[in-house]
Amino acid sequence: MKGLSASRFCFYLGFVVGTLSLYLFLRQLWFERSMELPVLGGVQGSSVAAVAEERQASVERAALINLNVPHHTGEDSRVADELYQKVRILCWVMTGPSNLQTKARHVKATWSRHCNVVVFMSSVDDPDFPTVGLGTGEGRDQLYWKTIRAFHYALEHHGNEADWFLKADDDTFVVVDNLRWVLSNHTPEEPLYFGKRFKPYAKQGYMSGGAGYVLSKEALRRFVEGFKTKVCTHTTSVEDLALGQCLEKMGVLAMDSRDTWQRETFHPFVPEHHLTGKFSKSFWYWNYCYYPIVEGPQCCSDLAVSFHYVDAELMYTLEYWTYHLRAYGYRYRYRPPLPQGLVERLAQSERVTVGAAGRGTIPAGIIVVGGGDQSKMEAVSYKGAARESRIPMDNNRTAVTQERQQ
Amino acid sequence: MLSEGSSFMKGMALGGIFCLLLSLLGSFTPGMQSSPEDQHHHHHIKAPTNDELQSLSEPQMVELSQKVRVYCVIMVQPKVLVYWATAKDTWGKHCDQAVFYSSESAKALEAVDLNEQDEWAKLHKALKHAYDNSGDLRWFFVARPTTFAIIENLKYLVLAKDPNEPFYIGHTVKSGELEYVEYESGIVLSYEALRRLVNVFKDVEKCPERGRSLWKLSEEKQLAICLKYTGVFAENGEDTQGKGLFNSKSVGSLIEDGMSKNSLDVVEGCCSDLAITFSGMSPNQMQVMMFGVYRLRPYGHNFHDSLIFLPPEGSDND
Repeated sequence: MKGLSASRFCFYLGFVVGTLSLYLFLRQLWFERSMELPVLGGVQGSSVAAVAEERQASVERAALINLNVPHHTGEDSRVADELYQKVRILCWVMTGPSNLQTKARHVKATWSRHCNVVVFMSSVDDPDFPTVGLGTGEGRDQLYWKTIRAFHYALEHHGNEADWFLKADDDTFVVVDNLRWVLSNHTPEEPLYFGKRFKPYAKQGYMSGGAGYVLSKEALRRFVEGFKTKVCTHTTSVEDLALGQCLEKMGVLAMDSRDTWQRETFHPFVPEHHLTGKFSKSFWYWNYCYYPIVEGPQCCSDLAVSFHYVDAELMYTLEYWTYHLRAYGYRYRYRPPLPQGLVERLAQSERVTVGAAGRGTIPAGIIVVGGGDQSKMEAVSYKGAARESRIPMDNNRTAVTQERQQ
Repeated sequence: MLSEGSSFMKGMALGGIFCLLLSLLGSFTPGMQSSPEDQHHHHHIKAPTNDELQSLSEPQMVELSQKVRVYCVIMVQPKVLVYWATAKDTWGKHCDQAVFYSSESAKALEAVDLNEQDEWAKLHKALKHAYDNSGDLRWFFVARPTTFAIIENLKYLVLAKDPNEPFYIGHTVKSGELEYVEYESGIVLSYEALRRLVNVFKDVEKCPERGRSLWKLSEEKQLAICLKYTGVFAENGEDTQGKGLFNSKSVGSLIEDGMSKNSLDVVEGCCSDLAITFSGMSPNQMQVMMFGVYRLRPYGHNFHDSLIFLPPEGSDND
């Protein structure tokens, strides 16, 4: 173009620059909006980011203090939250430097997030993981030394932050919410301990180390006292037996941790083994179990507390089964009553807060008789169930309904 | 100098307005990643949200709960009897009616003998039999021997859908122009879809009874084609967050995938909380799934679901 004046040129340049810059500006805007959509689009607005934020733990020395336990949107976890406040559990996980990335890491990413406090105990300090260094060696012969020192550490550094103290291996999976349920009718001022009870070698039996065991604060105090007064010493490296014998000497009671249908909660093997395996009659297990062994589906409580020999893949799988996967609307066969202390506390908070969903009326629950060969169909609607559903539905639902209808 | 500067500014202003006009006219989308308009090319079906359910009246809910009953078509093989026994003892109990279909008869196997080896012919016959014997059941679910299904979650997905409308749901796969439901992760058909299918079976040109030997299509694609002739299209079953509900792998496999991808949250990225199917599962794994789905849970977490499904009678593994 001949004779293009300078101002003309500037005009065209300005035009191009204006178009380009607004295009980029709009693109950025669209981009941000379409990024937001997945979060807003989901009805309850849950996203991985939101869950990750909630999961933040504060690190104090080598302990992870779980400030916000993972929550699901659309879930009413008032009972679980109440128990979290009332039954404070410190979980310490027995691990070692060579297991941090292969085992302990997966514990950290899954079940340990549900403890009030979690401490990873190792032979060596690791500020990054973090782990506490107990100043022992590694190996089977060090197990009881590690246990002794770990419990001493827990009482000394975290005695005020917890009521119960759980020991688990880095291949143990624990459903901490269910542990709180087991412990909820007991007080930490009593000398008690729970776990998978074995009978030999100790009068009241002892708890299997691999399946995890939990001491009340008083039991822990007595354990530490025992070592101070030399009533207890390092007798053997068989950690669970040695601990059991020390506790027995110190007057700590070995408790029955089975559910209200006498089903075990702490399990020394993986679910598949307990649910589908047949233990051969010559297997040591038969002679060790304090309570009668049940094979098949009734081996294990719905409110199972622990499993052992759990590899990394199974850790995540169990976390998924426990906290995520469910059958919509399914009414569980096992619906144990609320622990005593909770009934009153929750009834109190009921009068203050709005209903769980908080969005107008909750529709009445409708029962559908599912499955079976009979094409039997019952559609029963609960009149006034809308109000009932504000009270935790695990138990006594009909009882509450009757009360209201009076 | 000033005149050049001002013409530059004028030019910029005009350019900006020009750009804005274009984008407003809609023919120019400044690089949006995936516009929602795209989605009408892919059919999705999502589970109802809490809001949708709460807007329904009680008689409506009662009506819906009576409609949503499932006839399970479970394909088994006499060679592997244990899969039949396991499906019968586990997830099959949660179907309103569970019928087993086998390629050939065998002692101890309680199944409808299709007397067929060809996969499409088996599916063809089984679906026809199901239609003829459906009674008043309005939803049909087809499973393979190693598939595990959570029927309650299937009922939840189709709860607000009318079975007198054609529905063909599962995990959809696109092959060229054809979108079909993957057989391995389970196929859901509404009564209307099945009725249309059985109708088009009569037309052997469009929908042959047996796969043609020269140009054999997989049975899942064959099904999609036959349904397409009747105007029924495959839809991908998803939860309210867009996660697929039908899985062709087992939970363990999916977790393994997540772990090898080093994802930040292996469990969150695995599968939906209200997943309907998993596949490639061994009989033992199915027993353990019953525990994981219907029993194992953390105490104190409640869901106020709009429907309640009672556990089946005469069973203790759920």
